[in-house]
Amino acid sequence: MTLQAVVNNVAPMAASKDVVVDIQKMSLTFQTADGPVYALSEVDLTINKGEFVSFIGPSGCGKTTLLRVIADLERATGGDILINGVSPQQAREDRSYGYVFQAPALLPWRSIERNVTLPLEIMELSKEERLRRAHEALKLVELNGFEKKFPWQLSGGMQQRASIARALSFDADLLLMDEPFGALDEIVRDHLNEQLLKLWARTNKTVAFVTHSIPEAVFLSSKIVVMSPRPGRIIDVIETDFAKDRTLDIRETPEFLEVAHRVREGLRAGHSYDD
Amino acid sequence: MTGKLDKFCLVAAVFALLSLVFPLSGVDIDTGKNVAFVSDLPGLASAMVACVVAGVVFTWYGVTSVLRACIVLAVVVFGAWQAVAALYHQGLAGYASYGFWMFIFSLWALVWRAIDVIANYHSLENGKQQTANIIVPVAFGIWLLFLWEVITAGFGVPQVLLPPPSMIGARFASSTGILWDDFRQTFLKAVIAGYVLGCGSGLIVAIAVDRVPFLKRGLLPLGNMVSALPIIGVAPIMVMWFGFDWQSKAAVIVIMTFFPMLVNTVSGLSAAGRLEKDLMATYASGYWSTLFRLRLPAALPFIFNALKINSTLALIGAIVAEFFGTPIVGMGFRISTEVGRMNVDMVWAEIALAALAGTAFYGAVAFAERKVTSWHPSFRVRRH
Ligand SMILES: Nc1ncnc2c1ncn2[C@@H]1O[C@H](COP(=O)(O)OP(=O)(O)OP(=O)(O)O)[C@@H](O)[C@H]1O
Ligand SMILES: [Mg+2]
Repeated sequence: MTLQAVVNNVAPMAASKDVVVDIQKMSLTFQTADGPVYALSEVDLTINKGEFVSFIGPSGCGKTTLLRVIADLERATGGDILINGVSPQQAREDRSYGYVFQAPALLPWRSIERNVTLPLEIMELSKEERLRRAHEALKLVELNGFEKKFPWQLSGGMQQRASIARALSFDADLLLMDEPFGALDEIVRDHLNEQLLKLWARTNKTVAFVTHSIPEAVFLSSKIVVMSPRPGRIIDVIETDFAKDRTLDIRETPEFLEVAHRVREGLRAGHSYDD
Repeated sequence: MTGKLDKFCLVAAVFALLSLVFPLSGVDIDTGKNVAFVSDLPGLASAMVACVVAGVVFTWYGVTSVLRACIVLAVVVFGAWQAVAALYHQGLAGYASYGFWMFIFSLWALVWRAIDVIANYHSLENGKQQTANIIVPVAFGIWLLFLWEVITAGFGVPQVLLPPPSMIGARFASSTGILWDDFRQTFLKAVIAGYVLGCGSGLIVAIAVDRVPFLKRGLLPLGNMVSALPIIGVAPIMVMWFGFDWQSKAAVIVIMTFFPMLVNTVSGLSAAGRLEKDLMATYASGYWSTLFRLRLPAALPFIFNALKINSTLALIGAIVAEFFGTPIVGMGFRISTEVGRMNVDMVWAEIALAALAGTAFYGAVAFAERKVTSWHPSFRVRRH
């Protein structure tokens, strides 16, 4: 396999594919007391159904903001966005995505199980269905046995896993994950990476995934978006085609290292923008 | 020997020893009544000796366990019993002198040390820990009552100024019928009705105010003004509006409790964090769903704060409001009329009733708070 076979620059997408996220010339400026903050500028991005897209870039470059715009938690100040062909607000009201925040955001008065069933309660699912889904999702993140515990009785990493379980139980086709594994140790992180990859391969969900870790981005993604420091721009989009049933072993292969190298080069180029 | 001498026990031993020597009652010059020493009071003498022995032993060996603390407490109980007996049956009442007060001081040092040891007791077994947690305030309360009793009796304080607790207790026991009627009128009718109405309307208005930004800005300063209104001024007006019976007292309580609840709930409703609100937004959770699943639970610590404040305000309000006209029943009515008749023991019996009712009310609210907001950082205990 040559490098070219693995890595391709983005070709203009064929219109026939199902486009989940379609962003054109999107900008976002925060008006603050000390003047405007240009968080995102002129972002163009397409995410197709079934893709696993990672966003990587220096801290404060607007990764979270971009995800929040997709989730309709923030309004873009310019450009066009369509999610599943409709506005972000409509998409949110259709409950078309599950969101994992950078912090666990568990409600302290609810047990782990009832935290996981919270969205299902709001969707007015039956009690049996709620419990069934919660059980399944907690098993996936290996938190079975902790259903009745309260968030403050769990470690930080366990809390984050519970919040992932909550997003999974929601079972939306689009998963937005903001550094979900940032607080976890290497071993657990590897394990959850594999679990997430398996889930993705099995369910054909679309995933938008923010990370700081180059190996994590390369291992998980079918597409890596490299962003520049503020104002956040997309400076490189790298497509990979590792087999869907890849294991952690591929991290030793030359192809993997090549892609990682290109991501690192992109990040470095982005930084020289500043000087 | 634990290396260090136990200072409290040492003080107790020294003072008990001194009390054996000093006169226990003073002389009455007019009648030429004899000064009493230990030899005249064998019961009290035995208690003093017990204190000396316990004091010396524990000065040396230390009060190192709960068992030893309980032995000390037993000695104190025996001593207190003998002291009261000497006051009332051997004619010390009104004439107690140095020796007697030194003995009381010795008991004080012993009880202090014993309670201190029990208060610092930690057990992983819930039952034992709870027993220890109950013993401390109960023992302390009983000790204060005992002090009150011996000081009023020993110095012969006039009963109009301050009756001893035993007299108040006797009055309480013999007037349970009247007390129950007053309790029913003031607490079960006025306080409960006013509290429920005041807190309930405060909560509902807070939720409404929260939806209307200009109300939030306009109503809160007004609320602070109204809660600063003196009830002395409001109570007679409420009597004119709602008549002499409990309804006017409930109205006073509504005015007193409404704004603490309103102000606390309004600030509680903004206690939910931005992250949690965003989370609910991603589920497209509607206004009411977010209110009941996120904002009200997050506001509960604030709401309970108001419930606790209001539980004390309500009882005070009802009693004071009754000074301004009631039918011939009620705790406030009884206090104001019995003071006029110099029946001070009855006034104190009503005060004791108010204290009991107020403590039980507050305790019930605090208990509910613990149950409902056990997740809150101020209550939670790590249990695995
Ligand atoms: N509500 C806001 N008001 C003003 N400025 C904001 C707001 N939210 C984010 N910003 C600014 O926008 C920029 C992008 O923030 P963002 O949180 O998207 O960064 P990030 O790439 O997720 O960083 P990190 O990797 O550290 O999480 C930052 O400089 C931040 O200060
Ligand atoms: Mg971020």
